[in-house]
Amino acid sequence: MSRIDDYRRVAGPGAVDFVLRLAEQVQGRRVLHVTGGRLGGGAAETLRATVPILAELGIDARWETTGGDAGYYATARALQAALEGAERGPSEEGLARWADMNRLNGKKLDLGADLISVHDSQPASLVSARSDGRWVWRCHVDCSGARADTWTSFRQFADQFDAAVFPLPGFESRLDIPMFVVPPSIDPFAERNRDLTPREITEILGGLGVARDKPLLVQIGPFARAHDPLGVVDAYRLVKQHHDVRLALAGTADDGPEQLELLTRLREIARDDPDVVVLELPAEAHRQINALQRAATIVLQKSLRAWFDLGPAEAMWKGKPVVGGYTGGLAQQIIPNVTGYTVHSIEGAAFRIRHLLNNPELIPRMGAAGREHVRRSFLITRQLADELALAIHLLR
Amino acid sequence: MRTAAHPLRFAGCVELRQTLDVHAHDERELMSRIAEVPADSVYFHTFGYFLRHHPLTTAYGNDFARWAALEIGDRALAERLAVVDPFAFPRLDALRDHLVAILGDHLQRHAVGGRLEFDRAFHFQRSHIVEVPLGLGAATLAEFRAGLARVDESAIYLHTVETRVRARRVEAFPTWLRDGLGMPELAERFERVDPYLTTLERVRGRLLGFVDEALEDGRG
Repeated sequence: MSRIDDYRRVAGPGAVDFVLRLAEQVQGRRVLHVTGGRLGGGAAETLRATVPILAELGIDARWETTGGDAGYYATARALQAALEGAERGPSEEGLARWADMNRLNGKKLDLGADLISVHDSQPASLVSARSDGRWVWRCHVDCSGARADTWTSFRQFADQFDAAVFPLPGFESRLDIPMFVVPPSIDPFAERNRDLTPREITEILGGLGVARDKPLLVQIGPFARAHDPLGVVDAYRLVKQHHDVRLALAGTADDGPEQLELLTRLREIARDDPDVVVLELPAEAHRQINALQRAATIVLQKSLRAWFDLGPAEAMWKGKPVVGGYTGGLAQQIIPNVTGYTVHSIEGAAFRIRHLLNNPELIPRMGAAGREHVRRSFLITRQLADELALAIHLLR
Repeated sequence: MRTAAHPLRFAGCVELRQTLDVHAHDERELMSRIAEVPADSVYFHTFGYFLRHHPLTTAYGNDFARWAALEIGDRALAERLAVVDPFAFPRLDALRDHLVAILGDHLQRHAVGGRLEFDRAFHFQRSHIVEVPLGLGAATLAEFRAGLARVDESAIYLHTVETRVRARRVEAFPTWLRDGLGMPELAERFERVDPYLTTLERVRGRLLGFVDEALEDGRG
């Protein structure tokens, strides 16, 4: 577990002292985070790093989770998907049972705090049991395209909060409460981002079957149409006509028919082309992803819809230029012509990859700029400052 | 050596951003929304740009110009908006009127492009500035120089930009130099520094230069 002083080695000058000064204004206050679970990425990944640090800073920080039966989880998943724009939403009966289950959760959990942050949709209806403290709904996805009927149902809970927080402006749907913006961040000491020795990288890539005898293009991301892995293959093929490169596509795939079909197609492509490597990895394969990003010549993130995927920030922290789609948080992370390029098409991705390979001096220059950009804007120290500022503002 | 009647307390700041759920999908909507959003939002997208942007970020001068260039793709409009120096306006409403006038004039000469998708729309925001006392004080010019050299760059923004436009608890550098330390000439030099289209670190460098000259002249 990292301590706040550890970040002096990686954050910008004065950033840690600044966080310490901010924390003085919240010391002794009780801050509670509630999520649907402690595992996985997103909010849980951030809280695993930030909650211990907040406690170290003298804040009474706790983290609780909600749970229930199989129907509860199924409705919570359907609700979350509908808020993200899925075609089907949860049933009225399912939502009623979900709210009932959260009423039980509310009785079991100690919700006494000065500031209660409820993350994503699963625990959101806990707000109905609110008594003391200021309640904040933390939305980590893009709700702007939420199903209208689901949003109407969900909003009866969301509007009971004192405020909501979104990762980007434009990710919100209509609410009657103040809506703040706190972009996510990466933890440079997490397994996914910590320094690896050259030997570690070689060993890990050897284990994955990725040779390092030619320039390596890497895309990390779920094998889903939103991340356009087939488009990445097409861009690679355009580049391959001029440069002898290798493409590694690494990510997770759930058991949905669309993803399985996509993965099957990608495996066929890899079988016919030895320079295309398709790696289906478990969600916790952080060390392997770290090594792949570090071994990459250029990192791709050619997503068509990406919410606030932090893949570009992770890659830039490792000193890699990023060629990414122009969507969601990707466009916020990549500074065009400085830390990489944002592209709108397969041809655009191929053009920018070729541009970098033909001008190799740009690769370290953009990589260095990217690392500084992340140091300033996407490290966990910046998010801690934002979180503390939010607490100070709401607890005034 | 001069000693101030009251010490300057350095403070930094964090900008807590709030989205207003007000959006513009084309130039015409941008004009009408700028005309009606709270003044704090006009402030955020113009003066606030100096706190958020740094040497790596392309300098468009304000968020409206950046959006016109990157999302609308209207370079001429972007140039006309980028050249607007917010420090040249005595009040936020005057700045707002000027931005609206530029958009109005541009729309008379050029057809509006297509409406953008929502994710590329201009999303209006405002901010709440949370002040952060830095535990550094100055009662003399030498102490002021030492603090100015080491404070977080958000303190440069707070004591020079924010205090120039909006009332804050912290003191503007020129106010303290004039009223606290009795150095009106140095205060005037501070007030003449133009933060437009530069970085807070460059502003810090210029201010330090003025202080060094005053110290070398024995005026501190």
